[in-house]
Amino acid sequence: MAHEAILALNGLTMRFGGLLAIDDLSFEAKRGDITALIGPNGAGKTTVFNCITGFYEPTSGAIRVNHAGGKSFALEKLPDFKIAKRVHVARTFQNIRLFPGMTALENLMVAQHNVLMRASGFTIFGLFGLPGYRRAEREAVELARYWLEKTALTDRADDPAGSLPYGAQRRLEIARAMCTKPVLLCLDEPAAGLNPRESDELNVLLRAIQKETDTSILLIEHDMNVVMEISNRIVVLDHGKKISEGTPEFIRNDPKVIAAYLGVEEDAVDAAEAEVGA
Amino acid sequence: MSASSAAKPSVVTHALKDALIAGIVAFGLFVLLLGFLADDTLGKLRPLPRPVLLAAAVGIVFVGRFLVSLLYYNAAALRLLLGELFVSILALAKRFRFALLAAMVALAIAWVLYSPGDWPLATMIVVAILFAVWLGLTPALLALAVLFPIAFYSNPYYLGIAIIILTYVMLGWGLNIVVGLAGLLDLGYVAFYAVGAYSYAIIAQAYGWSFWVCLPLAGLFAAFFGVLLGFPVLRLRGDYLAIVTLAFGEIVRIVLLNWVSLTNGPNGIGSIPRASFFGVPFTADDDGFAARFGFEFDPTHRTVFLFYLILALALITNWVTIRLRKLPVGRAWEALREDEIAVRSLGINPTNTKLTAFAIGAMFGGFAGAFFATRQGFISPDSFTFPESALILAIVVLGGMGSQIGVAIAAIVMTASFELFREFEQFRLVIFGFAMVGIMIWRPRGLISSREPSVYLKERKTISAEHVAEGHG
Repeated sequence: MAHEAILALNGLTMRFGGLLAIDDLSFEAKRGDITALIGPNGAGKTTVFNCITGFYEPTSGAIRVNHAGGKSFALEKLPDFKIAKRVHVARTFQNIRLFPGMTALENLMVAQHNVLMRASGFTIFGLFGLPGYRRAEREAVELARYWLEKTALTDRADDPAGSLPYGAQRRLEIARAMCTKPVLLCLDEPAAGLNPRESDELNVLLRAIQKETDTSILLIEHDMNVVMEISNRIVVLDHGKKISEGTPEFIRNDPKVIAAYLGVEEDAVDAAEAEVGA
Repeated sequence: MSASSAAKPSVVTHALKDALIAGIVAFGLFVLLLGFLADDTLGKLRPLPRPVLLAAAVGIVFVGRFLVSLLYYNAAALRLLLGELFVSILALAKRFRFALLAAMVALAIAWVLYSPGDWPLATMIVVAILFAVWLGLTPALLALAVLFPIAFYSNPYYLGIAIIILTYVMLGWGLNIVVGLAGLLDLGYVAFYAVGAYSYAIIAQAYGWSFWVCLPLAGLFAAFFGVLLGFPVLRLRGDYLAIVTLAFGEIVRIVLLNWVSLTNGPNGIGSIPRASFFGVPFTADDDGFAARFGFEFDPTHRTVFLFYLILALALITNWVTIRLRKLPVGRAWEALREDEIAVRSLGINPTNTKLTAFAIGAMFGGFAGAFFATRQGFISPDSFTFPESALILAIVVLGGMGSQIGVAIAAIVMTASFELFREFEQFRLVIFGFAMVGIMIWRPRGLISSREPSVYLKERKTISAEHVAEGHG
């Protein structure tokens, strides 16, 4: 019986010198869900992502990913590329990180590096163009074509990624992450800079990923249109702490969340000041 | 319209002001250096004023700075003009290719008639242009290379230069893997060349194995050194990587100088076994190449063989690089050049990727080194100094990082011009420097800076340089 939670954070703490960026954070993301991580600027959302994907090594705490097959991985000690390679956690970046001088198709081929590397006999068979590798490469192109179609980029497949418009670059980054066949896809502000129409299209794409693949999604997002519409569950961070967690309905009406985002009323400040004796 | 005409005088005044400042600085610098000559003819040291020389120096700086300023502020216009000029010359050449061809043929015939001794050169020029017009640049160069020894059989000097050029083409292609594809700036590439040369020389002398056994061994040794260098420098990027590779190149040279028991130190290693024609030596006796195949003995046989040997080695380097670019490892190199963090997020091991680039680049450097050793018959640490590394790097950068044909052209132009300007001994480096500055201004990404995609869905579109990253280390 596979574990129900694809991702489980337990007591995650990240300290940069004197700054406590994440303070004893625990939450779970269910398999097949879209889980959103929200919070005001500087709440530590991207830091959580960097810990999950291994770009940071957390100060303490545990991060586990449970595969559907029953395998379970402790992520906190794995380096970044091994998390992507073995645990199949893929991510996108807040400031898009494509390979701008390579075509959209090439970007998606790079994402399938490990599969192709095995098929090419670690380059040796591939060098002599053995049929096994050629077949693997055709399959890789097919997978890339599938995701190009899903992200409406087929017409731009042979253009350099750096020449694509902003919205297309965002979609291409998601397509590239999907080409690694991830069990968990971490999206860092995928709707940032998108216009309303594009962010609606993003919703459709993310729903399709949820429905048609075995990939669970964890996303950081400021665009409430996206967050409220597609998330199954929302975790709210503020100053590195979890302040709330629940369904979109619940979060929308949680006074703690509203206070964190909008600040508190004047009299609440007065009450707090009275409490500490100021 | 009005804005530009209004801005014009200010550009000139600005340039004038700029030139004035430069003039003052030049005066300050030169007033003691050039303005006075320490003269002690009468046993008494006294300064002799040289106002004319001083004025000339300051004047040159003033005028030069004024022109540079003027051109700099109109750089966009100037570049456009020159770019247009280049494109239109190319277009014209294409349009009138038959006329051009006829003119060339006529010229060649005239040349042959008036100086029969030089006919191969003229023929080669005609052949080159013929091929270039009808087949394109790459097949033209290839055909030229294959035909070269036949045309210049009687001219060992040209053959020798061609062999040197091809060695640099191969070195350029080898370094292109590291610098052009993986984006790792390597200033010590000559170290691998040295390792290849020395391992060939030492193994061939100590064990008496043939060239064809020692060649792969030399390549393997160099690759091993590539990995050895790769490990400590993997964490470094950009300038830091460049410095450490530079140091590595020097370390190898200094070790070669001082490990006298193995390398014979500064005296070098002499009488290195010559390459044989698959076991048949190029000697005048009965077992020699000429006697075996029924030719008259001629020392040029060996030179021609060496020419085809280095041509084959260079083409193998090229073929492997082209193949590797279309394999996952090559794509990972290029992706690494574009964005290392994204590479890691896709589950690609950056360490292994960099190491393979270093190792394969070094291996080809080692092959070239082994060839160098067998051709020269003598090697010493003097052949593997930093300027050598700089030259190979310059070939890669000027040719266009990542472009195979660009690197080949750059190698030909640079090495050949070194020979061409041999008469101007002292000014060679000046000319070289000017050419470099010129290319960096007008074609900052090298002669051929666009990139061919490794795979395509519908059509292969060339990627212009503006999108391609140079790599950060």
